[in-house]
Amino acid sequence: MFFTQVLNGLQLGSIYALVALGYTMVYGIILLLNFAHGDIIMVGAYVSWLVMAQLGLHPVLAIILSVAACTLMGVLIDKVAYAPLRNAPRLSILITAIGVSYFLENGAQLVFGADAKVVPAYTDIQTIQLGGLALSFPSVLTVLVTIVATVALTIVVQKTKLGKAMRAVSEDMGAARLMGINVNTTISFTFAVGSALAGIGAVLYAMAYTQANPTMGMMLGTKAFVAAVLGGIGSIPGAVVGGLLVGFAEVIVTALNLSVWKDAVVFLLLIIVLVVRPTGIFGRTMNEKV
Amino acid sequence: MEEEVMTEKRPIISAGGGPRLEGAARKTLPMPVRYAINAVVVLVLLVLGELMIDGGVVNRYQSTVLEQVGIYIILAVSLNIATGYLGQLPLGHAGFMSMGAYGCSIFIIRMSEALGVGARDFVTGTPLALALVLGGLVVGGICASIAGIIIGIPALRLKGDYLAIITLAFAEIIRVVMLNIDDVVGFDLTGGAAGLTGIPGYSSFLLVFGCVAVVCFLTHTMMKSRHGRAILAIRDNEIAAEATGVNTTYYKTLAFVVSAFFAGVAGGLYAGCVGVLQPAVFGFMKSIEILVMVVLGGMGSMLGSALSATVLTILPEALRAFSEYRMIAYAIVLILVMIFRPQGLLGSYDFSLSRIIERVMNRDFPWARRAEKGDEAAKEVGADA
Amino acid sequence: MFENVSRRNFLQVSAAGVALLGLAGCNGSNYSAGGSEGGSGSIKVGIMGPHTGDNSSYGLACLNGAQLYFKQLNEDGGVNGKQIEPVVYDEKGDATEAVNAYNRLVQEDGVTGIVGDVTTGPTIAVAQASVADNMPCVTPSATAADVVTYGSNYFRACVTDPEQGRVMANFASEQGYKNVATLYLSGSDYSEGVNAAFCEEAEALGITITSQQSYAEGDVDFKAQLTNIIATNPDAILVPNYYQDDGMIVNQARTQGYDKVFLGVDGWSGIYGGSENYAEAANLHDCYYCCAFSSSNESETATAFVEAYEAEYGEAPTNFCALGYDAAMVLANGLAAAEEAGLEPGSEDYKQAVIDGIASGTVEGVTGSISYEGTGDPIKSSLIITFAEDGTEETFEVLEA
Repeated sequence: MFFTQVLNGLQLGSIYALVALGYTMVYGIILLLNFAHGDIIMVGAYVSWLVMAQLGLHPVLAIILSVAACTLMGVLIDKVAYAPLRNAPRLSILITAIGVSYFLENGAQLVFGADAKVVPAYTDIQTIQLGGLALSFPSVLTVLVTIVATVALTIVVQKTKLGKAMRAVSEDMGAARLMGINVNTTISFTFAVGSALAGIGAVLYAMAYTQANPTMGMMLGTKAFVAAVLGGIGSIPGAVVGGLLVGFAEVIVTALNLSVWKDAVVFLLLIIVLVVRPTGIFGRTMNEKV
Repeated sequence: MEEEVMTEKRPIISAGGGPRLEGAARKTLPMPVRYAINAVVVLVLLVLGELMIDGGVVNRYQSTVLEQVGIYIILAVSLNIATGYLGQLPLGHAGFMSMGAYGCSIFIIRMSEALGVGARDFVTGTPLALALVLGGLVVGGICASIAGIIIGIPALRLKGDYLAIITLAFAEIIRVVMLNIDDVVGFDLTGGAAGLTGIPGYSSFLLVFGCVAVVCFLTHTMMKSRHGRAILAIRDNEIAAEATGVNTTYYKTLAFVVSAFFAGVAGGLYAGCVGVLQPAVFGFMKSIEILVMVVLGGMGSMLGSALSATVLTILPEALRAFSEYRMIAYAIVLILVMIFRPQGLLGSYDFSLSRIIERVMNRDFPWARRAEKGDEAAKEVGADA
Repeated sequence: MFENVSRRNFLQVSAAGVALLGLAGCNGSNYSAGGSEGGSGSIKVGIMGPHTGDNSSYGLACLNGAQLYFKQLNEDGGVNGKQIEPVVYDEKGDATEAVNAYNRLVQEDGVTGIVGDVTTGPTIAVAQASVADNMPCVTPSATAADVVTYGSNYFRACVTDPEQGRVMANFASEQGYKNVATLYLSGSDYSEGVNAAFCEEAEALGITITSQQSYAEGDVDFKAQLTNIIATNPDAILVPNYYQDDGMIVNQARTQGYDKVFLGVDGWSGIYGGSENYAEAANLHDCYYCCAFSSSNESETATAFVEAYEAEYGEAPTNFCALGYDAAMVLANGLAAAEEAGLEPGSEDYKQAVIDGIASGTVEGVTGSISYEGTGDPIKSSLIITFAEDGTEETFEVLEA
């Protein structure tokens, strides 16, 4: 039972971590809390449903199209809603982000209805045997993909030219522009990478929980955001640690038979961390200028 | 990119008007007269509304919608204190509202049992019932402001986005507590998921709009006072405000608590209007709904908040066919307003009756001024030619 | 570049926008009036429920059922030769909007009876508001015990949460389950109500409740709770919630190796074979739930209803559709009594006659025979439904009232 609960925590935490990575990247570069990030996952899950259940196409195509749709969606949202507000007060962008999230949720409800849609299975493998233990395949895959995605993301940010540009823009947008970095392309790239991760998250989510509904992104997004803040927003390892922390917190509370207080505990954890260490576990402090 | 403050220039609430006439020629109204005029106007409106309801010109459906308009006006005006005046973005206003709603209705239910006040007394309005309702509203407000203090002191050490998210988290915690508190205390307090029922229908047009008038008056006077200017200074530049000796923590908490108190009063009125409370009602969506009203109306404008609360409450009622698209329209409006007019419909403009009266007294009319300008322009053209 | 939109410009543009919306609304508002051209020989009846928003699937199902009944009734000549004219309002699942819709139905449309509301919170709000008017109302599906306690004017077509909990506890006892665990939705009056009643009754019957677990709205991962439950080795798990969550719970439990019994209540209706299959057919073995109606029921009235419903809407009816249909039937029965007495529609006597007619009458609904004994709670039969190997529903047992 202990081992099963550990795996439960790992899987839940991994999905939170994948989503939290997207939050962290976008925040790191333009200091925007992208409220719509959770809803991008919803879009990805619906695309999978459309491709497999409605068009009857191959699961691999569904995965590719889901990730592509999320990536495109992320960039599009940035170009349409956030780019015109690049120099506006932070409050305005934040409210816009809430508007975008609201738009996606209610749009999906209008188009697809409030009832959940069932995403067909991507694969027939349900469990894998490991030394006499039957492990749920989606759980194991989720954990593995999260590890791979985090490592890949770290390499992209640390080693590639675009990654270097991203770091430069997040350090000082004005100076980066003077150094000849195309700031808008870099920001678009950040949104693309973050949203692609959300797309992968969507596929893993749909594989494990098999349902897509218009408001699925809301709680997932909020919890993942909590994870990002816990870990220190703007930090890649922070997002992963935060995600796992939230996942394990939920599982521990449930295992203690206190499941009614689960959400309260997660949010309380957030409040405590923010009060004690406002920048999160791995976050950097930023000085404020007049 | 560093933390940016609101860049556009804002007048301190509505102190400015048009350009002032020079010299002693301008006639002004003394303050007591201004207050008296406004009080009379409000009273006349209240009595007129009550007469229309009693006379049957306005039916119960319309008067209930009017009550809800009033409740949303209080909510929007109170959120405006924290958003428009203080420049923060709390996303948990529904949490304060629910604290007030539960506090007020539990107080009224328990006390009316203890004092033997029947449900009918609330409708007919016996003095004891009226006292109970007013007491309940204050209790509701106090419950909400206690929540405001608990959240405010740690939250206000944080800035912008962090504050937004911590208020969101706190509102969620309030919701979970409301759901499960009965098991902890061991007796029926909030009724949990099944909801708190049997709340007497004590909200009436007169009570709701009386509260609206009081809330607007108190907000207005607070913002015109030293405290209000301190709050505006924090919004415009927190570091500079601190450097000039404003106790930022104190004033941020003050604004937050006042905002929560009024939200609690609105919650109490809501409970009396609907008659049943379920924690699920006071979710994130409710907070956003109130935020949309403030943002649309103009952050920092009391008139704007009140107007957009009115429009956004009546519009879906008037256009039932539109209701399917209501949510999506809210979202689009929110985005468009932020892109094209981030300061909202009315910006920080506020309506002032005394200012209009003063203009009339001074014969300072917009059309007169426009005509003057026209003359000047004509002269210039003439000079060029 | 955008910052230069002035207040005056903005106001002008917004005013134009509002005016346009207003025009659009005027064109579209006939929808809600539902063909108000009905002459003096018609009876206006309100139907309300959540037709948009999160609970819209239940509200729309009830609406379809009720409208189908009124349509059939009108084709058969109506009540006392008068046509029924339904007025439909959407309350979006919100108690405030429900009170508004109720007031509007009564004050502006002048209805003589209401089918609604659908979910518990808004229904309680309407029930409290309707007492003063003594307005006859029949809710198809609000199951909380409170709903009918405010006045004699409120009736329901379904059985209560506690009743469903007791039915399932008795079923569990009959089947000889000794240890039962529960997994309910915290924050839902429906789920918590059933869970509490089930646990009380089951313990009285000598069943051990091994574990009571809960989850929150929007949760999709139930593995931690299920791990806890499976560790207590129960004979059966009660899952008293709606089909979307139930489907995920059943799937996840089966993946975790639980192959024993699931017990459910009427929220399970639609878990398989409806618009979507929320659980896999292979996982639905040993699942039993109680409800009022299943399209697998072979009684004559039920079969006729299924055919008529499919012809009208092109899909199989759910439990909610049947309850909407029956609620409309109960109300029409009361209206018929008042019409026979020859009373003036809208008068206090007329309303009281409708209420008396409902209270004393018996209707043969598609969810079984419905009668009332002094309260707004019906005396009616329940079905226990189980699933065949291919996932189709089968009637396991009919429990007479």
